[in-house]
Amino acid sequence: MIISVQKGKDELLEILDGKERLFIVGCGACATVCKSGGEEEVFRMQEWLASLGKETTGTVIIDEACHIMRAGRDLRQLKAQVEAADALLVMACGAGVQSISSNSDKRVLGALNSLFLGNIRRFGQYEEKCSLCGECILNETACICPVTNCAKGLLNGPCGGMEEGKCEADRELDCAWHLIYERLKKQNRKGVFARTVPPKNWGKVQKPGRHKIPG
Amino acid sequence: MSKLAEQLAAGRFVVTAEIAPPKGIDLARALSKARLMKELAAVNVTDNQGGNMRLSPLALSALLLREGIEPILQLTCRDRNRLALQSDLLGAAALGIENLLLLSGDHACFGDHPQARSVFDLDSIQLMAAVRGLCSGHDMAGKPLRGVPNFFAGAAVTPEAEPFELMFQKFAKKAQAGTAFFQTQAVYDVDKLARFMDAANPLGKPVLLGVLLLKNARMAEFLNRSIPGVRVPARLIERLDAAADPLQEGIAIAREMVGHARRLCQGVHLMTLGHEERIGDILA
Repeated sequence: MIISVQKGKDELLEILDGKERLFIVGCGACATVCKSGGEEEVFRMQEWLASLGKETTGTVIIDEACHIMRAGRDLRQLKAQVEAADALLVMACGAGVQSISSNSDKRVLGALNSLFLGNIRRFGQYEEKCSLCGECILNETACICPVTNCAKGLLNGPCGGMEEGKCEADRELDCAWHLIYERLKKQNRKGVFARTVPPKNWGKVQKPGRHKIPG
Repeated sequence: MSKLAEQLAAGRFVVTAEIAPPKGIDLARALSKARLMKELAAVNVTDNQGGNMRLSPLALSALLLREGIEPILQLTCRDRNRLALQSDLLGAAALGIENLLLLSGDHACFGDHPQARSVFDLDSIQLMAAVRGLCSGHDMAGKPLRGVPNFFAGAAVTPEAEPFELMFQKFAKKAQAGTAFFQTQAVYDVDKLARFMDAANPLGKPVLLGVLLLKNARMAEFLNRSIPGVRVPARLIERLDAAADPLQEGIAIAREMVGHARRLCQGVHLMTLGHEERIGDILA
């Protein structure tokens, strides 16, 4: 899931300056779970805009705002409300914002900051486990990703900053390499420690990413 | 062959020390410190140490060479990708720099530019492999070099880091990757040093013990709190605390560690933090 948080009120006030009529777009997927752009947050945004004397011409929660075609269809169905607005205020991740902007020439305002691809620990608590690096070595690292969980993304063991199995950059966090080492030991295998991992092929995450299912 | 490489090959007890480049371009202090180290095998030049932006260690290393002082250029993976690292390495070789110390690099979050994007395109082991590649005439892409560098490349190790086995597997990987020598983080516990050297000796790589001059008890406590893998035992802190002249006591402790290194290691790496004029006393 894409973890997102709402931008601060000061920044929102700045981007909303001069925009009196707004059409609000939320997202029914990640931003709903993150409580940053679901129905409730869209409603509260509408109330806040009203308190600022701004008009909401309409709202929509798109099932998955990142779905470009679906976003276009939803906006077309609400054409009059969209057209009446000075701008579209999008409460979705950066992918969602760009789904909307690719479907409308209207001014589009992003209301959230997107943080990372996150796992859910429990409601409201998210952890980054995967960096989408395009070249997965989890099978060798006892399914703990050093690219993401090591603060330096090292591939051949811990840095000199490891202390009692904790991370140099954040003493509250376990050193990813310590976790990998302990779990491999439990599984009685050497895994990634059996070889020197060569430099990563960052060419696999060339921007912008594109993928088409073959056939 | 560098003086450092020659002395280690000859089995001499080697002494290195280090200087940090200035923030700014006034090199007077750095150079006057380095001149106090002229008799040593080589002088490490740190690379944006602790994530704090300083003058390029490549530039200062080249200036040391002009002064007849042999540098060990420290190079971290934090600030440069593989193109920049290889490019700097070739530049270093062209300027006559042979000794290297290859490091991952302290995390940028501790430095004076915490908003910087850290690179870590390579880790220190991959960088060592890249250096070996350059020395054998090709870059990381396998392209041949016109004019091949000759490096004497070292790496760092923290002998007291726990868990020991995990620290040691990285040390062994570094040794296997072609590391020519090691410089250690400061160690004050002789038993731990002996344990490490027992494990390290079969790998046959020279180890220079890191000796960090303790100026007083407060500094020792700070190290214990803040520097990963450094542990000053309570009895040493008591000695510093009880001493009429704590710096003198710190020098005595450093001298004792040098004595242990003469028995257990192949040399020492002195970190004197502003007291370079006392290097002679530490080695006495």
